[in-house]
Amino acid sequence: MSDETLHNDARRRFLGGLAAMSGLALAPGVTLISPARAEGASSDVRWGMLIDINKCQSDCDNCIGACAAENGLKSHGRPTTDPQWIRKVSVKDPSSGNEKSLPVMCQHCANPPCADVCPTGASFKRADGVVLVDRHICIGCRYCMMACPYKARSFVHEDIKGQKPHMPRGKGTVESCTLCVHRIDEGRLPACVESCETGAMVFGDLNDPNSGISQAVAKYGATRIRADLGLDPGVMYQGI
Amino acid sequence: MRMLEIEGNSSGWWGLIGLFGLLILIALGSVYYMEHNGHWVTGMSNQVVWGTPHVFAVFLIVAASGALNVASIASVFGKPMYKPLSPLSALLALALLAGGLAVLVLDLGRPDRLIVAMTHYNFKSIFAWNIYLYTGFFAIVGVYLWFLLERKMNKHSSKVGIFAFLWRLALTTGTGSIFGFLVARQAYDAAIMAPMFIVMSFAYGLAFYLLVLMALYSWTGRDLGDFVIDKLRGLLVVFIAGALYMAVVQHLTNLYATEHHAVERFILLEGGIYTTAFWIGQVLLGALFPIFLLLYPGTRNSRQALGLACLLVILGGLAQMYVTIIGGQAFPLVLFPGMEVSSSFFDGQVASYTPSTPEVGLGIGGIAITLLLVTVGVKFLKFTPETLGDEAMDPHYKAE
Repeated sequence: MSDETLHNDARRRFLGGLAAMSGLALAPGVTLISPARAEGASSDVRWGMLIDINKCQSDCDNCIGACAAENGLKSHGRPTTDPQWIRKVSVKDPSSGNEKSLPVMCQHCANPPCADVCPTGASFKRADGVVLVDRHICIGCRYCMMACPYKARSFVHEDIKGQKPHMPRGKGTVESCTLCVHRIDEGRLPACVESCETGAMVFGDLNDPNSGISQAVAKYGATRIRADLGLDPGVMYQGI
Repeated sequence: MRMLEIEGNSSGWWGLIGLFGLLILIALGSVYYMEHNGHWVTGMSNQVVWGTPHVFAVFLIVAASGALNVASIASVFGKPMYKPLSPLSALLALALLAGGLAVLVLDLGRPDRLIVAMTHYNFKSIFAWNIYLYTGFFAIVGVYLWFLLERKMNKHSSKVGIFAFLWRLALTTGTGSIFGFLVARQAYDAAIMAPMFIVMSFAYGLAFYLLVLMALYSWTGRDLGDFVIDKLRGLLVVFIAGALYMAVVQHLTNLYATEHHAVERFILLEGGIYTTAFWIGQVLLGALFPIFLLLYPGTRNSRQALGLACLLVILGGLAQMYVTIIGGQAFPLVLFPGMEVSSSFFDGQVASYTPSTPEVGLGIGGIAITLLLVTVGVKFLKFTPETLGDEAMDPHYKAE
């Protein structure tokens, strides 16, 4: 065995060890995702979002465009019936004139009124806090839309073309923000969060005290829209 | 007392069957149009998610439980005069519920999935409770009707009647609570919705009953005496006044709380069509004018005035449902109390809604289903006494 071969062998072992170590380092991230996919959502996790309004620019609608592209939402040019899973709401204090703009979508309540009123159980909350509609058993009664305090839901008023395979939709059923459940199950960020260039939107696990979102909430505090209703939304705001 | 079917062969009877059949066909055509194209062809939107079909459906369902009252007065409160009036009362109650539910179901986004509503239940949902309350009502009132019509079972009818009365109270509680339990909306979220709907059901159901009774006896040439009519007229006055009282209490309670001033200003003063529907439709034409017609000496003994009063109570009831259901949604959700808001999704704006023709067609179809069932029912079964003349009904009757 030549010196060069020995050297290569040592280098190979070193690289192999490095790969194993990086595998160990990555493992927690990987295992965080894979059981969720194999065994369903876990209540150990509560997905949430923190939106810093002071970083949210009033003329920016990246999150809305990203949501529409990700989920195949198309306008028919009929604003009263077109679906809107996320929208920018301008909020003005009439006494001071102070004006802010913030994105509002399904707030993924811990106690969702939409799921309470749904006769068939089509509106439901996943173990990890994501509120969804099972389009297979939604009968299109729209009671959830009456019950939602956030106007977060849309009824599909007409035929849908060009659906995304990961986001099946259907005329005559109700839909809303899924927190990009197909992405978070793969360990990716929701499309709106990913598209936000100012970093105003932070996504993470509210049950994990070490997550970025939990630490930010603990440090700076957060406001929930209509907190008086006691619904414990998973979407929170700073700077309202 | 002899109970009879009607002959049901006259051109008038066939004319009614034809008219109601045609209206039902129009309703079915409307449903096909709405379901085929999707709901964007209606006046409904993501702002006003329940529209004219729901106004008719909820009105008919509320009136259904009220129509049973005439029977309940006999079975629960032991008034023998109402006994011969009971079978028609029960039939009309079933027919009204069938008409209302048909409209409600045919407006679903996926009416083809009705079976899902029978196989998947979320027991926290008031809608899911209502599915049981409605089907239970059909079963209980069906048995009640059988006991009333079958001589051998007649002695048990008052027991079933008491159960049916309790069930109808639960049913209207359930219907009112559809709105009462909506915590997020300013116009709802009030415990008074359930008892208010119960009292309103008394008035709407009795108005419907009186119209059907008077038409049936007039068109078949049977005697309907003043004794029966006077009793029912008196009841109607009390019920209309009771319904108005509940509405007054609802608004007074809201007016006391600053939090609700905006929605009250909307309904009572600045809501355009909803303000008109409230004051002119619900209060003036639906309550005050009928009470006047029923009490004023110049009109109180007129059958035409009674018929008009009943018609006005029904129209006032539809106006009330329009204000409650559509007006309640037109007023925007309050996400940020005290702030001015706007968005591409109409936050902070009063929603616009115009009823579309197919929606109205479907709603009227519900009334047609009700009246068709009654028209066919009275032909084939002995629902009505041969006479309701004073000599048969009034224990103190003296021939003049």
